[in-house]
Amino acid sequence: MTDATAAPAEPVRKGSLTDADTRTAARNRAEKRFQYYGIAAIVAGALFLVLLLTAILSNGIPAFKRATLNIDFTLTQEQFDEAESAMLKTRVYTDYFIADLSQRLEESGIEIEFNDKGIERLLGKVGGTIRAHYRENPQDIGEPTRFQLAASSRVDRYFKGTFDRDDIGEGNRFIMPGDLDFADALRDAGILTQSFDWNFITGVDTGVDNAGGAGIGASVLGSFMMMIVVLVLSLPIGVAASIYLEEFAPKNRFTDLIEVNISNLAAVPSIVFGILGLAVFIQFMGLPQSAPLVGGLVLTLMTLPTIIISTRASLKAVPPSIREAALGVGASKMQAVFHHVLPLAMPGILTGTIIGLAQALGETAPLLLIGMVGFVARYPETFMQGFEGPNSAMPAQIYNWAARSDAVFTEKAWGGIIILLIFLLSMNILAILLRRRFERRW
Amino acid sequence: MPVYWLILIVLALAAIGYVAGRARAIASNGGDPRGLHSLPSFYGYNVALSVMTPAFGLLIVWLIAQPIFIDMSVSGQIPDSAISDGQNRSLVMSDVRRVAEGLDILVSEGGMTREAVDGMRTDFTNVRERLGEVGVALGSNIQSFVLAAAQDYRAMARTGTFAMWAAVLLAAIVGFGVSYTKTHKTFRARNTVEQGITLLLIGAACIAILTTIGILFSLIFNTFEFFRLYNITDFFFGTVWNPSFSGRGGASELGILPLLWGTFYISLVALLVAVPIGLFAAIYLSEYATPRVRSIAKPMLEVLAGIPTIVYGLFALLTVGPFLVSVFGKDTVGWMSGGTAVITAGLVMGVMLIPFVSSLSDDIINAVPQAMRDGSYGLGATQSETIRQVVLPAALPGIVGAILLAASRAIGETMIVVLGAGAAAKLSLNPFEAMTTVTAKIVSQLTGDSDFASPEALVAFALGTALFVITLGLNVFALYIVRKYREQYE
Repeated sequence: MTDATAAPAEPVRKGSLTDADTRTAARNRAEKRFQYYGIAAIVAGALFLVLLLTAILSNGIPAFKRATLNIDFTLTQEQFDEAESAMLKTRVYTDYFIADLSQRLEESGIEIEFNDKGIERLLGKVGGTIRAHYRENPQDIGEPTRFQLAASSRVDRYFKGTFDRDDIGEGNRFIMPGDLDFADALRDAGILTQSFDWNFITGVDTGVDNAGGAGIGASVLGSFMMMIVVLVLSLPIGVAASIYLEEFAPKNRFTDLIEVNISNLAAVPSIVFGILGLAVFIQFMGLPQSAPLVGGLVLTLMTLPTIIISTRASLKAVPPSIREAALGVGASKMQAVFHHVLPLAMPGILTGTIIGLAQALGETAPLLLIGMVGFVARYPETFMQGFEGPNSAMPAQIYNWAARSDAVFTEKAWGGIIILLIFLLSMNILAILLRRRFERRW
Repeated sequence: MPVYWLILIVLALAAIGYVAGRARAIASNGGDPRGLHSLPSFYGYNVALSVMTPAFGLLIVWLIAQPIFIDMSVSGQIPDSAISDGQNRSLVMSDVRRVAEGLDILVSEGGMTREAVDGMRTDFTNVRERLGEVGVALGSNIQSFVLAAAQDYRAMARTGTFAMWAAVLLAAIVGFGVSYTKTHKTFRARNTVEQGITLLLIGAACIAILTTIGILFSLIFNTFEFFRLYNITDFFFGTVWNPSFSGRGGASELGILPLLWGTFYISLVALLVAVPIGLFAAIYLSEYATPRVRSIAKPMLEVLAGIPTIVYGLFALLTVGPFLVSVFGKDTVGWMSGGTAVITAGLVMGVMLIPFVSSLSDDIINAVPQAMRDGSYGLGATQSETIRQVVLPAALPGIVGAILLAASRAIGETMIVVLGAGAAAKLSLNPFEAMTTVTAKIVSQLTGDSDFASPEALVAFALGTALFVITLGLNVFALYIVRKYREQYE
């Protein structure tokens, strides 16, 4: 690299030719350094991914577990009649329960003092739950019945290790240090255990008073309804638009206009689509707020560019000889496309559509604007209600939980993310499998 | 719901039309399909399309036009004198719609008969209480003219829906009849059907244009509305963002500058994270990595792109924020007082943008012709010297384009800043302070129960317009650069 004639003062080299001189050594070091920068960048990316996944898993998995008290409880007919004729009915049931529980603890050889107030702090209103069960299922009277009672959120968190005796402030009405000793005793007796919380997957959102009982079920349904709308609208529209642009469109201003529009829409921030949904679908067309139907429409418009771009790519990948062969045996251009090109491009189209759907499933911002963050504490009653009635969606529900201050909801938000990611992962795996299975190279 | 039934009826009619048209075509040649102009199914499709296209077209137009028409005529009935100060027509109209909706629920839940609802007068019935029983809460007692307008509204909606059914069914039947009678062995069914399908395809392609028009319409219309209520120079040059929550304007200061500053600052931090990592990752992957490393590392980086932004937002709020506070917080250097800050949001957004920068740059570096590298090696340059002095300068325009695209992504990103950046609008240089962005304020001004007539809500549309213009400008510019660069080597 140096000008040989300009440097006559270079000392004559001694030693082996294979030894690098200082300058070459420096250049080689620079080379190595440069490579390390690249490796460092990749490692940094991997590190961020690992950190993200660790944060999600370590914070989210506890949301699937819940401390429950499993107890076999037998209520005789006399006890039932006596309780139903008492003034404070649930109080009597609580007393029965306490008597039963102390007997069980005695059998296990554990001695601990407890009272009805402590039971209430630990398990909520037990008497009411028991009474409700027997009033609905009178056939269980006299039979041993298994009760699964959810422990209060603080006990739950104590078992998960995120709540400690030190966290109990002075004069805390909700829990006292003695309650935790009692909870320990119950755990030793095998009565209070951690079990898988199905309610988190199937349940609905709850208020602050029952944070532990909140579930993501209703919003999974809301997301599912939205995805149905997106699939039903965006797949045919996207495929039709791509077929036109790829196979039929003449080269003119109008076609250019459509193309420019599609590539620009692909880059419009998602929140702008939310504004569009709010102004056009809700304000102008008067569709119901918070409805999965509107959410689906907005997400359809958002995913259309993605689907059109991938569909056009897979249409383009079908070799022209296929079209020509079809035309040669007398098919019209339309028949050539619909009977031959489209079926061959279908795996690619489906892959693109699934990836577009996965993107739409995780999208949150537009949903906030069309009001899908409301508090929805029940499932829709009818199928149509599922589209039109107010509902939430998974990402919006996660956002909603994250915005609440209670630590239990934070845990639920992480848990919700695990469920969301499981859905996204399975959709992407499906797309990859489809591509592997059906992809053809010409 | 009646509309779904209407759609189902039309679809059923189309199915019948397909069978009937096909059968008639075959029958017209004495039961032998070989003498027909087109395949028998084309005759069927022709009838089915003639049933569906006019009927559904009419249905869509009607569904959009009817509410607008009813709104206009009902709001025309409300006398100007009835609208008190501090109210406007659109507020009264939203009351009317709410009451009308409530009356609908009242009828459908069997609380009252339709006749009783139509004859209801505010003098005799406590309407608010009755509506409260079915879960429609109203802020104040209903004035008599509102109830009257709501009853008119209901009556018009009922007639409108009835007329819609009649018109749509008529269109379907006429389409059926006309195309069915035309079905004959000499009818050029394939050409007609294919023309119709081409039109449908064009219609589908036009959805993209309609979406853009919809975006422009919703942004511009409401932005003008906002500028009627709020001074345009105060918006663009105001340095204070302080909306009042009373919803009555006046006291609010809605300057966009602090929001723009927050947006650019956070995007800058994000790019400072994403560009070096993304660029070096791209260089390594395209120039050094063995195929095996590449086949692992590239999808791994792309996983980062597939994670929804709400996950990043939560990560910022609950993991990165507290971690940064423990490093820079009160216990150590005391720079950071809360977890939500520019640096939190910027860092996490940077992570999100890494795959974006790396995969775009990867494509661009790969597009640099191998001959240029070979020339450089031939002169004795090492690989890193070749990359730094030959490949990167050649790829520079494309990389700049990629960075601009990433910047536009960062500016439009919402969930990370809503959760990670804080809510205070500030003009400050300190990256450890909470700041807010245009997107975060759009969310906060439009969620909640504010009506869309106050400047506090309408400002979101003006912010949306600003965001749209900025991101669109960046994108068009970046795509222009990338395209121009690609042409250079093709």
